[in-house]
Amino acid sequence: MAEAVNYKQIGSSPIRPDGVDKVTGRARFGADLILPNMIHGRVLRSPHAHARITRIDVSAALAMDGVFAAICGKDFQDIHDASAVGGEGGGTVEDAAKNVMARDKVLYHGHAVAAVAASNPLLAEAALEAIEVEYEILSPVLDLVSAMADDAVLVDETNYTKGPKKADKPSNVANVGRLARGDLAAGFAQADITIEREYKVPMAHQGYIEPHACVANIDETGRGSVWCCTQGHFEFRGITAKILGKDMSDLKFIASEIGGGFGGKTVVYLEPLAVLLSEKSGRPVKMTMTREDVFRATGPTSATVAKIKLGVRNDGKITAADAWIAFEAGAFAGAPHMPGIMTMFAPYDIEHFAVEGFDVLLNKPKVAAYRAPGAPQAMHAMECALDEAALALAMDPIDIRMVNAAEEGTQAPYGPKFPIIGFKACLEAAKVHPNYLKPVPQGAGRGVAAGFWFNVGMQSSAEININEDGSVMVIEGSPDIGGSRASMSIMAAETLGVDYHSVRVQVGDTESTGFCNVTGGSRTTFATGMAVTQACEDVIAECKKRAAMTWGVDDDQVEWADGEVIPVPGVNADLKPLSLADIAGNAAKTGGPLQGRASINAQGAGASFAVNITDMAVDRETGKVDVLSFTAIQDAGTAIHPAYVEGQMQGGAAQGLGWALNEEYIFNAEGIMENAGFLDYRIPVASDLPMIDTQIIEVPNPSHPYGVRGVGETPIVAPLATASNAVSRALGQRVCDLPLSPPRLLNAIDG
Amino acid sequence: MARVLLPDSFSAVTGDVRELVSRALTYRELTTELQNRWPQLTELIARSAVAIDGQIYQDAFLEPLKNDSEVVFMARIEGG
Repeated sequence: MAEAVNYKQIGSSPIRPDGVDKVTGRARFGADLILPNMIHGRVLRSPHAHARITRIDVSAALAMDGVFAAICGKDFQDIHDASAVGGEGGGTVEDAAKNVMARDKVLYHGHAVAAVAASNPLLAEAALEAIEVEYEILSPVLDLVSAMADDAVLVDETNYTKGPKKADKPSNVANVGRLARGDLAAGFAQADITIEREYKVPMAHQGYIEPHACVANIDETGRGSVWCCTQGHFEFRGITAKILGKDMSDLKFIASEIGGGFGGKTVVYLEPLAVLLSEKSGRPVKMTMTREDVFRATGPTSATVAKIKLGVRNDGKITAADAWIAFEAGAFAGAPHMPGIMTMFAPYDIEHFAVEGFDVLLNKPKVAAYRAPGAPQAMHAMECALDEAALALAMDPIDIRMVNAAEEGTQAPYGPKFPIIGFKACLEAAKVHPNYLKPVPQGAGRGVAAGFWFNVGMQSSAEININEDGSVMVIEGSPDIGGSRASMSIMAAETLGVDYHSVRVQVGDTESTGFCNVTGGSRTTFATGMAVTQACEDVIAECKKRAAMTWGVDDDQVEWADGEVIPVPGVNADLKPLSLADIAGNAAKTGGPLQGRASINAQGAGASFAVNITDMAVDRETGKVDVLSFTAIQDAGTAIHPAYVEGQMQGGAAQGLGWALNEEYIFNAEGIMENAGFLDYRIPVASDLPMIDTQIIEVPNPSHPYGVRGVGETPIVAPLATASNAVSRALGQRVCDLPLSPPRLLNAIDG
Repeated sequence: MARVLLPDSFSAVTGDVRELVSRALTYRELTTELQNRWPQLTELIARSAVAIDGQIYQDAFLEPLKNDSEVVFMARIEGG
């Protein structure tokens, strides 16, 4: 592994290569493509949360002048494919197909039941009104705990709780997971105090600013291109092809620029519809969602109910932990119950524990991944309970975490022993941070909590082409959401020993580069960066061969140093080093263009820990929370581009604070979301938050050539509990449920 | 011999066996051994990730196992 020393490019923070295009409006996002003869698609969505479709007829819409295609569930093939779709909460191919377009039943308000394509958007809207649908309305399943009861109304009569043996009867519980170690009774017997609480976290949306959008252009052979905003165009191609019964080679997917995803754009919604409408109409079809569509039919993340019991000794040592957490899956299975239970106790070394998690169907939109899926909800319960234990023991909240902190060699609750990790380093940094050392402002509360995410590797590909002048072209397949083109450029420049500005990175479409999994799981800088680094090393190996050929020496008589090939000591000292430009300029004579490539399934992702500190004040008359300060400390491994690492930390903190303080889906008794817009679903705006202070801890990951761990997920985990702990301390009473909105806090204040 | 830890989700198939040792020299040899003993584990193994000596693999195949290796089956993780 390369040590975090003497890097020339790693650790710099150059302006992102796509920055000017984005601030000037030149960058093209999902809805920006316009093609000749393009028509416009619209979706008819269910007005009911749970109903059987008894009749549907699109013929009147299709008969309208200017309407070129109309489709509904019967236009799609029957799919019985239980293989998994990529991404947390992806579910099965069959479920993804039924989520894209309802067949015999609608399972949530906003579920797609038909779609049209017409010459203009207004005509398409009018055509939707001509579609005839008759429903048999069913009782919606809306309450998480009630849905788990034996006698609950069933969302899906064919769902049996998954296990090696088929359950006796169908249920809304799709999956159950459990982790346990030690002897709970013995652990609780050692405790001096116990904390036992129930916590609720609401359903929340990823809240990306750019709504879903795509353009499909399919020819008469059924082949063509799809331009879309996505976190992973290769996986979008794969699932679209499966839903429509096509070969993957029939479809070229091109990733547009993307205005946020956070996990929510790992899922197809419009793309299969646009492809089918384009194929039927013979024209390019553009489809875009409204914000209301985005809220009602995409994302969100699970609401949860968690119960936890902690046993703690007087010295702060946790002797036992017992937890239960149920996750709302929405209409199809795939809630992040497993990562939830795997993260809940992850920062701590606990001898005796048990935790059970449930994946529960309800008549709500199917959940999708959202930054560190499952961890914010699960760790909210644990971190709040631990704060209460610290209060009960009159212990410093950082000290109680330090007493229990996992370190290298600790057996993680999810199984393996941790390799080198940076949790204690984060706690140590927090303890001496100026924002922790200063007095708590009068009337405010100070909250502390920890966060954790595994990070992942998965598959990535990269190609490097060296131009004749020695400048560098990198082609890779990870859509750039958080500045990855800059971090790829930095790693390529560092490896090749060239200037950052001589490297250009392009996100290739599905026909111009090798497969890449989604940009998600904090994997891109780690895994695609590893592919880019290996492709550069491929170039270096070729350069050494060419130089040896040029000099007439053996291959082992040359070496690479600082961007040049030089002779090894003892070989003709008069040989002048050959730069990348020298070798590229002479490439025609030595074997042709210089190219490197790598396709990998990256292993060895490094876990990332965080500690957050906040001071919050509560207005006792209005219930409004003021965030006075917020400090995010995180082990990022080596920070390739520190400014973008800080951006990820600040963005995750802002999203976590929004979820903690205000964001929630509000459903009426019929299962209709009543706040499907940014006026009523309130994400934080700049005036709501102070500058988020950051401190990057760099404990390099030994499994990555530059020590990368991955950054994007962990920052959203701790803010929920950090906020709860601050508000609870400010009020002098524990508030267990989120959001910490004025009505909830006024209720708490009023007793 | 490698020490192998099985998750709770395997227990419906493996009963009380939560931990075992194996002479397998690779991950493939280990999974073949487990599937021969418990054929119903095949699908569960396919849906699992595995940690070998602390390194998590989403798609392990021929990874070598050492005499003192620790192999832990666990749920797959992807993320958002």
